[in-house]
Amino acid sequence: MATISLQSLRHSYLQDPRSEDDFALKEITLDWQDGGAYALLGPSGCGKSTLLNIVSGLLAPTGGAVYFDGEDVTGLPPERRNIAQVFQFPVIYDTMTVYDNLAFPLRNRGRDESVVRARVTEIAELLEVQDMLRTRASHLSPDNKQKISMGRGLVRQDVNVIMFDEPLTVIDPHLKWKLRSKLKELHYRVNATMIYVTHDQTEALTFADQVVVMDLGVIVQIGTPVELFERPAHTFVGHFIGSPGMNVIPCEVENGGAFVMGVNIPLEGDIVRSGKRIEIGIRPEYVSVGAGGVEGRVRRAADVGRHNILEVMVGDTRVSAITAGDRPNAGDSVCLQFRQDQTRLYADGWLATAAGGQNS
Amino acid sequence: MKTVNQRAWFFVLPVVFLVAFNALIPIMTVVNYSVQETFGNNLFFWEGLRWYEQILTSERFHAALGRQFLFTGLILAIEVPLGVAIALAMPRKGVWVSVCLVAMALPMLIPWNVVGAMWNIFTLPDIGLLGYLMNHVLGIHYDMTQNPVAAWMTILVMDVWHWTSLVVLLCYAGLVSIPDAYYQAARIDGASPWKVFRYIQLPKMKTVLTIAILLRFMDSFNIYTEPFVLTGGGPGNSTTLLSIDLVKIALGQFDLGPAAAMSLIYFAITLLASWLFYTLMTRDDTR
Repeated sequence: MATISLQSLRHSYLQDPRSEDDFALKEITLDWQDGGAYALLGPSGCGKSTLLNIVSGLLAPTGGAVYFDGEDVTGLPPERRNIAQVFQFPVIYDTMTVYDNLAFPLRNRGRDESVVRARVTEIAELLEVQDMLRTRASHLSPDNKQKISMGRGLVRQDVNVIMFDEPLTVIDPHLKWKLRSKLKELHYRVNATMIYVTHDQTEALTFADQVVVMDLGVIVQIGTPVELFERPAHTFVGHFIGSPGMNVIPCEVENGGAFVMGVNIPLEGDIVRSGKRIEIGIRPEYVSVGAGGVEGRVRRAADVGRHNILEVMVGDTRVSAITAGDRPNAGDSVCLQFRQDQTRLYADGWLATAAGGQNS
Repeated sequence: MKTVNQRAWFFVLPVVFLVAFNALIPIMTVVNYSVQETFGNNLFFWEGLRWYEQILTSERFHAALGRQFLFTGLILAIEVPLGVAIALAMPRKGVWVSVCLVAMALPMLIPWNVVGAMWNIFTLPDIGLLGYLMNHVLGIHYDMTQNPVAAWMTILVMDVWHWTSLVVLLCYAGLVSIPDAYYQAARIDGASPWKVFRYIQLPKMKTVLTIAILLRFMDSFNIYTEPFVLTGGGPGNSTTLLSIDLVKIALGQFDLGPAAAMSLIYFAITLLASWLFYTLMTRDDTR
């Protein structure tokens, strides 16, 4: 187990990158603490798998360095970094039994057969696959195959980090939940550093203590699931996390106050940045319907049981609201109110209000 | 009431015709010859199983069968490992992929009798490139028309040159279908190159390799044109493989009965060996 530090990592898949756009990863600096559960969250093509492959050593970065416990491992191949990786599609050795699959990484390192047996038995118990040890791995169902490929990472006691590259992609939905809780449990029991790459917010938020959100090759925000939900540092994070995502409403700033369609919107704190594109960000949970506020027309209203989800058009912008009580009908005119301490301003996408201050 | 409609038979009819003209009628014609004696003029006399007995006990047939198994065994023992090795060495990405594939496919595109003629000229002792080199530069006596060892070496090398590509291309297709993640996982698991081959590449190539071996077995067991053009079965009978012997009996001596019986025995051996091999190779999959 180790602390992992990434120093100004850059990577381009091109031989001769010219512009910033040629880089799949643009300047990543990051520290992962020993024993933590981390997630790398972002849409397809955001560079998260590239980053993972650089940490595991399958890819050499164009620039920057990777440190394990302060030691520079940038030039080391994966087999010498002492890491484990679980891939999107389960990798198992078809012709071997489950037992031999689990024993493979240990035998390759010349461990004694008695050590191998003890360790494989232990991991099989942990994964609840004891009764399959004698079956041929090719006969397993996809979720069990994925368990076995995780198991190959877990058998080695001394791994620095276990990395998961969208490991639940091919798993049936009803088993995803089971495997996800299993992973969480494993993290508590083996106490290894784990990095989990996914584009699924539920997977990331349930697995990780800390989530790194990436977009277009840069880190947009690092935080706990609660922090990401409560105070997105970028409209992208607000959009990406939550369902429906955060509302982003274009607005004007005059004399230190924000205005949407001529109505002043009280913000959570002072405006600390400016930019060309100014928007208000507020989660649907904190938008309510009342007397006074920003006017809009209800486009769609759905009763989902415990609450209503409204879609209101404010000018050309669609605003979602999660409300309780009476449900307005489609076509109705309503006034929307925003809870002040959850209303933030974003300048060019980045958070532009100070937390907890008083609106001037 | 149930309506009975027989029109479905029309849809089956083309297949019935196809199978009949493709397999049944030709084979039954041979079966017909194999139990009769004929002296021409469309006169036939019933002989029962006499020709089968004659062929199965004939030393000439045993010798030809032995040579046939030796030839097929040798070319399989050379072409399969060589083909796998070349497939492993071929690039998986980049511009060289198509260059290698075309270079590999070229020998297979050359007609069989042209291959025979090419190698015949190539090995002529005085004017052929290889023949001249062996006899006049290296001083090794190398003449297919006199030396059985030279004749065997030549047909073996010729077949390896002509058909190893088939094994290469099939294995290569199996290899490129292996996702990168397998190699990456193997590196992380600390697997040696031999273990990568043994536990990842070989299992993934197994199906195509089975097909490759089967095709090479059937083709080489039935080989005729190339050795016929190259050596004509000589010197002596040293390269008279089964099909060459068969043609000698059928067309040379015009012994249609024994030739027909021999064809059927020949066919049965090919069928049996292919079936055995295929069953053994695919046994694991169903278990």
